[in-house]
Formats: sequence, structure tokens, C-alpha cells
Amino acid sequence: MTTISSSPPQTFAQKAIARAGGLDRVEVGQIVDVRPDVVLSHDNTAAIRRIWQQFGQARVAIPERIAITLDHAAPPPTARHARNHAEIRAFVREQGIRHFFEVGRGICHQVLSEEALVLPGQMILGADSHTTHFGWLGAFGAGIGRSEVAALWATGELWLRVPESMRIVLEGELPPGVTAKDFALRIIGDLGADGGLYRSVEFSGSGIAAMGLESRMVLPNMMAEFGVKNAYVPPDEKTYGYLAKRLATRYAIGDREMDRSERDGPSTPRSLLADLKALALFPDPDATYVATHVYRAQELEPYIACPHSVDNVVPLSAVAGTRVDQAFLGTCTNGRLEDIAAAVEVIRGRRVAPGTRFLVIPASSQVLQAGLERGYIQALVEAGAVIGVPGCGPCMGNHMGIPAPGEVTISSANRNFRGRMGTADAAIYLANPAVVAASAVAGRIVDPREVVEG
Amino acid sequence: MPTLTGRAWKYGHNVNTDVLFPGKYTYTARGREEIARHALEDLDPRFVQEVQPGDVIVAGRNFGCGSSREQAATCLVYNGVSAVIAESFGRIFYRNAINNGLLAIPCPPAAQAIQPGETVTVDLEHHLIRCAAGEFPFPPLSDTLRGIVEAGGLVAYIRGKVRSNE
Repeated sequence: MTTISSSPPQTFAQKAIARAGGLDRVEVGQIVDVRPDVVLSHDNTAAIRRIWQQFGQARVAIPERIAITLDHAAPPPTARHARNHAEIRAFVREQGIRHFFEVGRGICHQVLSEEALVLPGQMILGADSHTTHFGWLGAFGAGIGRSEVAALWATGELWLRVPESMRIVLEGELPPGVTAKDFALRIIGDLGADGGLYRSVEFSGSGIAAMGLESRMVLPNMMAEFGVKNAYVPPDEKTYGYLAKRLATRYAIGDREMDRSERDGPSTPRSLLADLKALALFPDPDATYVATHVYRAQELEPYIACPHSVDNVVPLSAVAGTRVDQAFLGTCTNGRLEDIAAAVEVIRGRRVAPGTRFLVIPASSQVLQAGLERGYIQALVEAGAVIGVPGCGPCMGNHMGIPAPGEVTISSANRNFRGRMGTADAAIYLANPAVVAASAVAGRIVDPREVVEG
Repeated sequence: MPTLTGRAWKYGHNVNTDVLFPGKYTYTARGREEIARHALEDLDPRFVQEVQPGDVIVAGRNFGCGSSREQAATCLVYNGVSAVIAESFGRIFYRNAINNGLLAIPCPPAAQAIQPGETVTVDLEHHLIRCAAGEFPFPPLSDTLRGIVEAGGLVAYIRGKVRSNE
């Protein structure tokens, strides 16, 4: 008789943390010392360096695993911000950090995705709360603090608690005009800003499988507003194809170091796909979940998160007519090509309303370039939009579109906390990209269908 | 571990990192004084004017949700806050607090019972919060986290593990 091994089934989070911890398996609640594949920081790198210097080390322990972008206040709006960037460049030179991305390359989560620096089944820890983003490609991404990044630079290791997991299933394809952003807002509105606190959220269902990759990126990104530790979308052929193409480009320019699975000899697209599939992790069918929430795509509609909390969610119709001073399309949540395309579809041949500003900031230089090639940027500028440098823009109130007291902004970003965009007495409404563009045209919050058909 | 006593500053649910420490300062503010000055700026301007060393912050669910910015915790430390008692914490804030030696104590009944301005005592030996409404037990920290808090933060805690590599 053959013996069948019957080790208890595991969630994605268990498998990913076990792998990063060099263990066969881990249990929920266990504290594990992990060695993440990538450690992310951005404009906060200079502050992290000052913490790291307290360790008295001459060289960081893991230069090849460090990735740094300048994106949060880029280009620098003040001399102090400029000095901050200068300190970061000095650190990058002194430590030989190769994965460094300058002002204008784009937002960390978008850039590291485009560069295929994080692969399925890998772990990325970052001094940025939206590091959950990397769940879109089947990686384990979690935000940590600055001291923790300094500790990782020094030792390569950090403790994580293995989280409970929760499943969110989307059945059926989203109807026209309803996006992944609306789905995320609906989840957060239903279950609260702490509805996923400390948990690993696993997405699944036919609606997720049918989604394009850019839409999938929205979901784990927005789950930061749900309190999660990480979120996960199962990788599939679309995911492997995206990453393989980008890895092949990187290898062509001689960068081979990040691929842990690489073998001797040249990588071919076929071998890359096989390598990526071999890296991917999937939850076992009978793994344990603390909750499962099932949504039917056909029952969803466009939603708005009203000031000053991301779980203050209402259907679009409930706030239609609200005056808008500024519309902002961009960020790691909704600043990609499909978001810009959705805005162009609404605004082409129309004009931004008098008295309203429409600010569009592509999430990366590649998004900007693709938008130029397709004529999207031209259409936006002709309609009266202002195009900003790829990066985070005014999302967290540093620069490039800070509202005046009393003003109303409709934004495709992920947060609408009081003061988030730099002004405590300003209101921020969160919406999907088409609603943002339509509101720019109408000068008030409006259903895009009203603008396009009206 | 000692006993902490201080006045309570009480706030609601989902107190986020932007109202604890606005993002517009996060890449430029340096040093204890400058970081301390902006604490709770968009939530309670009275706080930095009247806070006393040892004071305790008491709040509802999901305290510190939002950004990973560590100043959301250090701005409280630099104002002398000795502990935060809440119904629950945003996970990165919780890590940042512990990693800077700031006690973050999840204790829903105490967080609900404590009234603004009253004197609160945290007994770390017996894991009890004492206030006008009575005594409330809270779960002890794991050995690792207790070690970090007692060392005064993560940097001090792991300094011994770091290899110098001149």
C-alpha cells in the first residue's frame, strides 16, 4: 500500500510565509522570521538610512534585494524635498543599489510591477502601506514601518505573524461602467475599514479570472483600506505572460540577478513561463478561512467613498450633483493605461467645465508613453486637462494639486482622510476613473453615461 | 515592567495616520521637536498644546489605519505619550508603536469605558488597566514584542544581531 501524506491544507499566506521563512509549513498565529525577496522604500529612504546608520554597519546586508523609487514628492516641490532626494541618491551610490528609479519613472508599485522585480510566490515588504498591491501577481506584499526596513537592510530578516485568511469571491463579469474600483469600494463599504484587519484576503471567482491585469491591480491595492496584511489574486496565463515579456526585456539588457529560478544558459520566453509557473503558490482547496464573502458582479454598480473615510461608501446616484472644484485621475490605484482610456472615452470631444480643474497623472513613464502613442494624452489636453509628472501627485498632500480650504476633489486615489491631500478643510470623494473624468466635464459628480449620452 | 499613569485623551473609530501626522510633512520633518509639533494636527489642535508626559491616548476601532508612516507613532512618543489603548489597531501602526517602545494595548472594554481627561493607570505586571469604571485585563505581549518594548524599540532590540561589515 502506498502511504498518502495528509498534511493539513494551507492558505496562500501560510505557503508564502513558510517559503520566505525557509520552513516546510507554518500555522496561523505563528511568528516567523522571514527573508523577503524584495524590500521597497521610496522618498522615505533618507529617513530609513538615518535609522539604519544607528546599527553602525558600513554596507547594507542585502543590496540586491533593495528597490527604491523617487515618487512621493517628485520632482521635489521645495529645497527640503530636494535635499531629501539628494541624500537618497548618495545612499544608492554608496551602497551600489541597482534597483533605483529616478524622479519621473513612476509610482513604486507600478514601476516594480513593470520591471517584474517581484514574481509569483515571492515576498515583498515595503515602507508603504499599499505594498499589498503585489498580490495582483500572486506575490505576498505587506507594508511595514521605516525602522523595520532599516532592520531588513541590516539583517535581511523580519518577523511576521501568520494571518488568518478570508476569501472574497466575484461571480460573473462586471457590467459595463462598473470597475474593480467599484468592487473594492463596495467590499470596504459593506464590511468597514477594519473588515479585513490583520487578515490575508484571497480573491477568486469567474469575475476575477475574467478581469484584465490592470483591473486586478486595483484590488489588492485597495485592500490596504480594508486593514489587511496582504491580499492575493491567483496568477494565471495572463499574469505569467505579462511578467515573462518584461523579464525577457530585462535579461536582454543584462539584468539577471533578481530571478531566483534561473538556470544556466539563456532564458527563452518558454523557459521563463515555466519558471514563473513553478514559482506560483496557490491555496489548497480545503484550507481554513475565517470568512467567505460572495459577490455577484451583475448586482454591483458605481460607488463613491465620501469624506472623510474610505468605508463611507454610497452608490454614485446618492451624491450626484455635488459640486467639484478639482478632478484627479492617477495614483497606484487608478493611474494606468486602462484608467486613462476610460477617461478619454468620456472626455474626447468635450471640455472640462469652467471653474473645475482636471489633473491627470500617469502612474509611470511607461503609462505616459503608451498614452502618448495612443493619442490619449492629446485628447485629454485638448479637453483642458493638465498632465502631471508620473508619480504620486497630490495623493498625500505633498504637491501638484493641493486643494484650497472648502474645495471639493473627486479622485481616483485610495484615501480620502481629512487632510490627506494637504488641506484639512477640503473634501475628497473617491470614484472610478470614468466617473472622475465625467465629473470634470460636468463640474459636479455625475454618472458618465449622462455625459456621454447627454 | 513599570506601572504607567496619565490623563486620557479620547478619540473615536478609524483615527487614521493622516490626522495623526499629515503626509505633507512626512519626507521633510526631522528631529523630535519638529515631528512632535505636528502630532494630531488635523484631529485635535489642543493636543500638542496641553499634552503632558505620561498621558494616554484612548480610541475606538482601527486606531492608526492608513499609511505606513512611522511618525504617526513617533510623534506620540516625542510628546511623552506612554500608551495607546484602543478597541483595535491598524496593523502597521501597531508594529510602528511597538518598534518605537510605545505600548499599543488592544482592550475594547477599557477603550469604551475610559472618559476624556480621567486618570488611567496601566499595570504592566498584572496586565490591568485601571480607570474610574473599574479594572480591565488585557492580553500580555508575546516574549518577542515585550523584548522590543523593554529594549526601547526595534533598533535597540536587534542592534546586537547586526554584524558590522566594515
